[in-house]
Amino acid sequence: MRFTINGEPTETVSKPGQVLRSLLRDLDHFEAKKGCDAGDCGACTVLLDGEAAHSCLVPVHRLEGASVTTVSGLGTVDAPHPMQRAFVAAGGFQCGFCTAGLVVTASTFTEADHADLPRLLKGNLCRCTGYRSIHDAIVGVSNTVCAPSGDAAGRSIAPPAALRVVTGTEPYTLDVKTTGLVHLAVLGSPHPHARITTIDTTAAEAIEGVHAVLTHRDSPAMLFSTGRHEDRNDDPDDTLVFDEVLRFRGQRVAAVVADTVRLAQLALASIRVEYELLPAVFDPLVARATGAPLVHGDKGPESRIAAPERNTVAEFHGELGDVDAAIASAVASGGASVSGTWTTQRVNHVSLETHATRGWIDADGRLVLRTSSQVPFLVRDELCHIFGLHPEKVRVFTARVGGGFGGKQELLTEDLVTLAVLKTGRAVQYEFSREDEFMIAPVRHPMQVSVTLAATSTGQLTAMAVDQLMDTGAYGNHGIGVMFHSIHESVEVYRCANKRVDAQSVYTNNLPSGAFRGYGLGQVIYAIESAMDELARELNIDPFELRRRNVIVPGDNFVVTDAEAQSDLSMASYGLDQCLDLAEAALDHSLTGPDGWPVGTGMALAMIATIAPRGHFATASVTVLDDGIFEIAVGTAEFGNGTTTVHTQLVATALGTTVDRIRIRQSDTDVTAYDSGAFGSAGVVVAGKALLAASEQLRDLIASQGLSVGLSATAEHDGTPRSVSFNVHAFRVAVNPATGEVQILQSIQAVDAGVVLNPEQLRGQIEGGTAQAIGTALFEEVLLDGEGRVITTALRNYYVPRFVDLPVTEVLFADTHDPLGPLGAKSMSEAPYNPVAPALANAIRDAMGVRSFELPMSRDRLWRLASTAQRVS
Amino acid sequence: MDLIEVRDVRLARTRADVVFAPGERAMGGGTWLYSEPQPGLTGIVDLTGMGWEPIVRTADNITVAATCTIAMLRELPDSELFLQCADSLLASWKIQQTATVGGNIALALPAGPMTSLAASLDGVAVIWTADGDERRVPVVDFVTGVVQTVLGPGEVLRAIELPTASLHHTVFRRISRSSMGRTGTLVIGRVDASGETVFTVTGGTTRPRQLRFSEAPSPAAVASGVDSIDDWYDDPHGSPDWRRAMSLRFAEQIRQELA
Repeated sequence: MRFTINGEPTETVSKPGQVLRSLLRDLDHFEAKKGCDAGDCGACTVLLDGEAAHSCLVPVHRLEGASVTTVSGLGTVDAPHPMQRAFVAAGGFQCGFCTAGLVVTASTFTEADHADLPRLLKGNLCRCTGYRSIHDAIVGVSNTVCAPSGDAAGRSIAPPAALRVVTGTEPYTLDVKTTGLVHLAVLGSPHPHARITTIDTTAAEAIEGVHAVLTHRDSPAMLFSTGRHEDRNDDPDDTLVFDEVLRFRGQRVAAVVADTVRLAQLALASIRVEYELLPAVFDPLVARATGAPLVHGDKGPESRIAAPERNTVAEFHGELGDVDAAIASAVASGGASVSGTWTTQRVNHVSLETHATRGWIDADGRLVLRTSSQVPFLVRDELCHIFGLHPEKVRVFTARVGGGFGGKQELLTEDLVTLAVLKTGRAVQYEFSREDEFMIAPVRHPMQVSVTLAATSTGQLTAMAVDQLMDTGAYGNHGIGVMFHSIHESVEVYRCANKRVDAQSVYTNNLPSGAFRGYGLGQVIYAIESAMDELARELNIDPFELRRRNVIVPGDNFVVTDAEAQSDLSMASYGLDQCLDLAEAALDHSLTGPDGWPVGTGMALAMIATIAPRGHFATASVTVLDDGIFEIAVGTAEFGNGTTTVHTQLVATALGTTVDRIRIRQSDTDVTAYDSGAFGSAGVVVAGKALLAASEQLRDLIASQGLSVGLSATAEHDGTPRSVSFNVHAFRVAVNPATGEVQILQSIQAVDAGVVLNPEQLRGQIEGGTAQAIGTALFEEVLLDGEGRVITTALRNYYVPRFVDLPVTEVLFADTHDPLGPLGAKSMSEAPYNPVAPALANAIRDAMGVRSFELPMSRDRLWRLASTAQRVS
Repeated sequence: MDLIEVRDVRLARTRADVVFAPGERAMGGGTWLYSEPQPGLTGIVDLTGMGWEPIVRTADNITVAATCTIAMLRELPDSELFLQCADSLLASWKIQQTATVGGNIALALPAGPMTSLAASLDGVAVIWTADGDERRVPVVDFVTGVVQTVLGPGEVLRAIELPTASLHHTVFRRISRSSMGRTGTLVIGRVDASGETVFTVTGGTTRPRQLRFSEAPSPAAVASGVDSIDDWYDDPHGSPDWRRAMSLRFAEQIRQELA
């Protein structure tokens, strides 16, 4: 078959049933990205004979004589296409994994098309931005600047990789050729709870091209957790590489390593397995009760599970003062009490790049893994623990990663690739499909949160009771940390003399839950901020004002239920008051929607610690190279968080140079001594702080010794003490009670991020967090059938917000300086997600006159709510 | 995505090529076929090689070849309905350049907007039978359930005949759980020159449902007609009660607009 790729004549043999996307990648055109492989996301878009097409749906048998143009054929780093320049200028991407497809698609637009962008961008999903910056790129708005020497901090410079990202030349996890690569495919459990009684792999092993079939017989006996933390004891040891007992549908039963993906997948059918079915439990309320089937009943105290005999991986019960007496007293003295139970759904991260690892043995005999991880050092250390390897014999690194949101703070592919590499000695790749992402990758913990609040008639909060139950699924990865985090800043942000908090994290035979942006806070904040809104109504006090009267202020302790608790958390800077004022002032109460649609406003606040607790470590160094170039070495991965941009700004500012003179080596266990990783929003405030300190040391060295090649400085930061940042979101909406449609008339987020190091990038983070949260609030839901089977296994059935679905959010910055952060900055990655759902719920409540207690507030639910309320009244 | 079990892809050139061995199936644009794993599919017969004229006009009909792309149909000037139905597809405009009218109907998803279009206009499905003959079935009866049609073994959807008389006056209403999402329910009403009034409900139901009135119906007649529908669909794109309520609402709005 002959066709051209970017003008180059190509003659190749394709496989029947193959698509252009995989053929392009076979031919080392890695700029064709796999986001969904189903035509839903648009990341693989190319021009086929001049027309934009999703290359994952183009059958190769139609390619004879065709002309294919990829994003790399449109332009190059040295000679970019105008649309590529526009995406750089506008700052039109974050992780950039969707960008190749977006640039190709947008390159076909005419000026007249600008009026039709909602339709024309329906087939291009971006998970990081809120599409505002993409819109800016398409219509030619520039948001980035060049920074003068020594003055980069605080300016909206473009990411260092920008030109490579927009031309498809920045390599992501699998965007590199490895000779002799073989592939791994996994057989998943068809049952929610079963024991493997026999497994016969001989037929599969006999297939030509199959190199190994791996089962529980090959698995190390070491229990671990896929959830990764600085301290491995933070998660329960309840997982094996392969387990004889299967606790959720889709859990690994066996894996085939073969010459091609196709062969490996086909060989799975030749594995014969017999199962003994075990009783299963799917409802956390049932699971925690006596007599329920036990998910990890076989585990002992060494697994660090709170109570395996009642499926409880962690729990917390505490009371400060006397909540019941305070409620009675508030009501008796003319105050008010409100209560309700709010539920949140499972949410999928939908990072555009799926989980993937490629591993091999290098020339020195070391195991090397190139993986899509947020935490390469933690992955290395845990693999050493599981497989009994010495850290010097293992290297783990990441290239640019295509989105994370917490979903890549998990060890989901690396352990299997390690086993396969060690077993076969070959280079092995394991790449999740989009279906795998939905069926076996951990989701945001679904929670049921009951809240009771009481206050005096003047609005002084006197009682707060929170009872949280979460389904951690079949494994406890992040099931402890998320539970404890969920009830901390959410509860601590309010001064209240009487607090009672109960929380329980429970195993079921559903797919595992895991780390998700906000790490449990968002679910509980949704409930508390909704209850605060009800309380404001009961007391007839403005919701902003009710917050002002009760939020913590400098000088207060952070109190969950222990008033004397000591920690390394401090209010080193405080901008919550400004955020409340900014959001309130920006609300335009004159905005209206379509005729007959009631309108309403709503707000909510969120507090979050700037760093995860219990230690977060980074080592970073700066070295002088030739020609006035400085090389930085940091452990942090770049997955759209923008950390790398800020790192270059910090270094250039400290060393009095320009950002284009900074070379970056990062996210590689070979590059620096250690880094806990990019989670808990730590990239700027931990690694960035270490890097700034190293830069300042190097600056002093240069001052004393003169500039000489090889001069280097290294610094560390231990992630303590920690500060807090704040976010306030406000909405004005119109709702059609007859259909359940919501129109967002105004969206405002005021943020306290300390000193803003890159305004455009921070704006992008706020918009992106808001976008993801609007998805959670209105659309997204991983649906299960009640027996552990995921129904929403493709993006067409799991609705991620498109361009058309999102308002432009007004982003406002508080003016604060945090002495703990680098140059006064605070972290701001997870935070913007947290106040959005309750603010939207409160605005919808205001408009409809009736409250929704569950997410997502989909049109069918809101319609039902309105029509039921109408019937009742 | 790569279809891993497929061993053979044939481009059909003549009717003699349109025969199916076990494991083979017909393909139009392929935009759905290649979008999901297809267990058991070992061969593909690509109908786009047949070179069927996409649009053929006769005195009474617009005959749309099964392989006519949705993008091409969208541009037909005869009625706004073509554009409205094309834009009801969840899939992007890029996919609509390859996705075919026949493929969308033969796939028989409740939310298939080409089924909505053709059923609402009293379109007729022209089916090539396995014995080399042809038969005709109204599109409203062609789709019999979720991913189920009247096509028997070896049969292929050849074309859709749309009576131009049906384009006299149409009104379209649609809702999904997001403004451009997959259809929750879609109601098309039309009144012909004769005064006959036809309502077609798709998307919200497992198969196309039609209400026919020889003259302008009363609100109660329309409501009771929609209310008699008993197969409201339940999937991630909407609950049955909402789909029923939205269909009732739209049918009444359409009745008023047609009157």
